[in-house]
Amino acid sequence: MTTTEKPNIQEHLVSILESVADPEIPVLSVLDLGVIREAVEVEGMVQIKLSPTYSGCPATDMMASDIKAAFAQKGKKARVDLVLAPAWTTDWMSEKGKQKMEAYGIAPPLEPLADKEALLGNQKLVKCPQCGSTNTHLVSQFGATACKALFQCDNCQEPFDYFKCLK
Amino acid sequence: MDSKQRSNYVTSIADNHLILGQRLGELCGHGPNLETDIALTNIALDLFGQTRSYYQYAAQLDDAFASEDAVAFLRKEHEYHNVLLVEQPNTHFGFVIGRQFLFDAYHLLLLEQLQYSADATLAAIAQKAIKEVRYHQRFSSDWLKRLGDGTEKSRKKMQEAIDALWRYTDELFEMTPIDQLAVDAGIGVDLHALRPMYYQKISEVLEEATLVLPETNYFQKGGKQGRHTEHMGYLLADLQYMQRTYPNMDW
Repeated sequence: MTTTEKPNIQEHLVSILESVADPEIPVLSVLDLGVIREAVEVEGMVQIKLSPTYSGCPATDMMASDIKAAFAQKGKKARVDLVLAPAWTTDWMSEKGKQKMEAYGIAPPLEPLADKEALLGNQKLVKCPQCGSTNTHLVSQFGATACKALFQCDNCQEPFDYFKCLK
Repeated sequence: MDSKQRSNYVTSIADNHLILGQRLGELCGHGPNLETDIALTNIALDLFGQTRSYYQYAAQLDDAFASEDAVAFLRKEHEYHNVLLVEQPNTHFGFVIGRQFLFDAYHLLLLEQLQYSADATLAAIAQKAIKEVRYHQRFSSDWLKRLGDGTEKSRKKMQEAIDALWRYTDELFEMTPIDQLAVDAGIGVDLHALRPMYYQKISEVLEEATLVLPETNYFQKGGKQGRHTEHMGYLLADLQYMQRTYPNMDW
């Protein structure tokens, strides 16, 4: 189970994929999210391998159709296949993506150990994306979507989503 | 093990998730508070996602199924092979948590083995699902402890649910002929081997929750053979309504 392998994405397809946003977190592109595992053009057909974040994520089907639409706009045909293994991990999210996520108001995932401590309420490690304080507490392990937990800042009192570490 | 038998094995695993997901889905908009409502429906969504992966694979393996929808919505009651535990109703919040806790502990043990299946597709589904189910288990265990070690009333209701649901736990480890074939083929999980780990694990959490381990030797079974409790028919009527009223409907 290797989870660190680099995706095989052809250079000339990058800009098109960058234009496709995550329907739930529109500041992130599908590349920032790390769900594209392969994008190659073979005989006029772009073949994409998409790794869903969570099994039941309703955004997956939408991403697939948005990707096809983006390529269609550029006059290219695309086929999107779902791949389950190796399973998606928050490690595949780009650093740039994590910064954009924080600026958007969602705390990006911590390292696995820190994540566990934070979700068990043992340590205050999740940083409030509004004021930057780590004086925050867990409200619920499941937030607006399965990939996020709900937190509240005890400094500025703002509630916010934390993107859970998945590894 | 031929591909039809393999399809049956995959379907029998997924049936548990479909039916439990349906039960949890009933709580959408009816949870005791917003956070719990969202958590339970998120768990349902994870289970449905996993169910789809299994059913898509089962449909590939068996020509008798035209699609994943046909597997999910067009079978008769006796053709569903889910365990009795998951079809039990949402009697009160203690039952919702108790049923989830008793299932999650099993589910995690199952996936820990299934991820090493010689069947690459099953292994891939398990590797993905296991990350999600760890969150489910944390959620249900936390609530079990909170209610068990809570007020006098919450403890009483939590104990009542565990006592009522306990009789359905042994069935989780029953090996059907298909289960045995899958084990022999190197693709399935030996459920008997999970039993001691399961009871060990849940008794630790029950103790932490200050709840009493039920002492019963009577266990109810039959779901895996398609003999369900009375609740199943009502559940299926709800689940299948749209597909039967508007055949082949799609979102």
